[in-house]
Amino acid sequence: MEETIIKLRDVHKSFGSNHVLRGLSFEVKQGKTLAIMGPSGTGKSVVLRHIIGLMRADSGLVEVEGRDMTRLTGKELSSLRKRMGFLFQEGALINWLSVGDNVALPLRENTDMKEAEIKRRVTEKLELVRIPGTWDRMPSQISGGMKKRVGLARALITDPDIVLYDEPNAGLDPEISRSINDLIRDVQQKMRVTSIVVEHRIPCIRTVADEVLFLEGGQALVQIPPSEFFNSDIPRLVQFLGPDASARASALDQ
Amino acid sequence: MSLLSPITNLAASIGFQVELLGSVLVRVGSIPRRWTLISEQIFQSAIQTVHVVLLVGLFIGMIVSLQTGIELARIGQQDQIGTIVAVSMAREMGPFITATILAATAGSSMAAELGTMSVSDELSALEVLSIDRVKLLILPRIVALAIAAPLLTILCDTIGILGGGFVANSQLNVSWQLYADSAIEALTDHASLIALPKDVYGGLAKSVVFGLLVSIIGCSAGLKARGGALGVGKATRQAVRDAIIAIIVSNYFMTWMMYQA
Repeated sequence: MEETIIKLRDVHKSFGSNHVLRGLSFEVKQGKTLAIMGPSGTGKSVVLRHIIGLMRADSGLVEVEGRDMTRLTGKELSSLRKRMGFLFQEGALINWLSVGDNVALPLRENTDMKEAEIKRRVTEKLELVRIPGTWDRMPSQISGGMKKRVGLARALITDPDIVLYDEPNAGLDPEISRSINDLIRDVQQKMRVTSIVVEHRIPCIRTVADEVLFLEGGQALVQIPPSEFFNSDIPRLVQFLGPDASARASALDQ
Repeated sequence: MSLLSPITNLAASIGFQVELLGSVLVRVGSIPRRWTLISEQIFQSAIQTVHVVLLVGLFIGMIVSLQTGIELARIGQQDQIGTIVAVSMAREMGPFITATILAATAGSSMAAELGTMSVSDELSALEVLSIDRVKLLILPRIVALAIAAPLLTILCDTIGILGGGFVANSQLNVSWQLYADSAIEALTDHASLIALPKDVYGGLAKSVVFGLLVSIIGCSAGLKARGGALGVGKATRQAVRDAIIAIIVSNYFMTWMMYQA
């Protein structure tokens, strides 16, 4: 039986009077990819930030690899994070470091690895995300799609077991989006990581997700495979996805 | 908003700054490894500010010389202008003017850089990558300003004394020789081990404290910035305002400790 890697149980989170998560519960099994979909402002990114330990739940359980994120010490959290990757919406590249130095940063700061080995691994990851030869370019000189690829290379540089993607397709045109989706799928297949992808776009979900969780009112409305999700007759899903979602998803399969 | 909220905000802000300084102090062992970043920060804060310090220092020396010289001339004591300008620059004007310039340039720049990193998720990215942001971002800036401030103060003192001499010579008919002799005499203490009076090393000690204050306040304002460009602007404004207040208040207490206590 597959092991549960990420587990949320009855998680609540408020920002002032705004009660964003209202008893959210779900699980992600080892090696699987969960896509989180839902209207804007329902706390999708907030969920990811709880899992990586950037935010703490007001109540409830957030467990990663069987460890309660709310009870970890700073050192334990840091150690766990070294096995996790996080792709931010805008890439969050350090703007005064070059592409290569951004990707190399976790190795230079957290390991005693020799510079030659760091260069080899960074070059390998830049090739994996299909932007070889860009080491010396600065974040201000590259496009939004490239920033996402660099952010992904940096998230993968420590060969993490878990990768979290916060709207990997936001602001990208359909062609670049397709290549990012293919990239996420390649990473899943080659590195066998457990992933959560916060995403709105049907093509991305069809390409990368094993299951889709629809977040509504701070709770999980459903957590089902994409084929069921896009063919669902649940009124709220039909309303959110539009009447032709099933046809669009089928067209993608062909 | 409660009437007490400005006080509680101030206390929280000072608490955060003290905590930041503490977290830098426990990491001083990593200074040698961070030397490249520290030297980059020294270049940014000191080298790129040096022309401003020289220009302002020159005119401050000229003003002090003119203001005191006019009064001294009335009582026939022009030969004391060199002493007064030298002591004023070394004790007070050099450290204070340099620190104020650093607050407006380096301090604001630190708040804006770190604030932009905060609102664009770069600081969160460092956190999820388990990278120690104090070692990478804060320590180099604080060490750099603690080094740069006294160096710039020496320059400011020197150019101010030269500017004072120029005014004394050209407008108050004091010879360069007389001015220089009185200035050098004022800044020499043969009883001291390093032949410099308390006016000089006291002023340099102040400048180190000012450098630390400007950098800690600038960094903490940047780290706490929230809410996009508006938040970065607010952090920058707050950094300059708080640094100047801190420089003036700490200056009084340091002066009191050095010359009164």
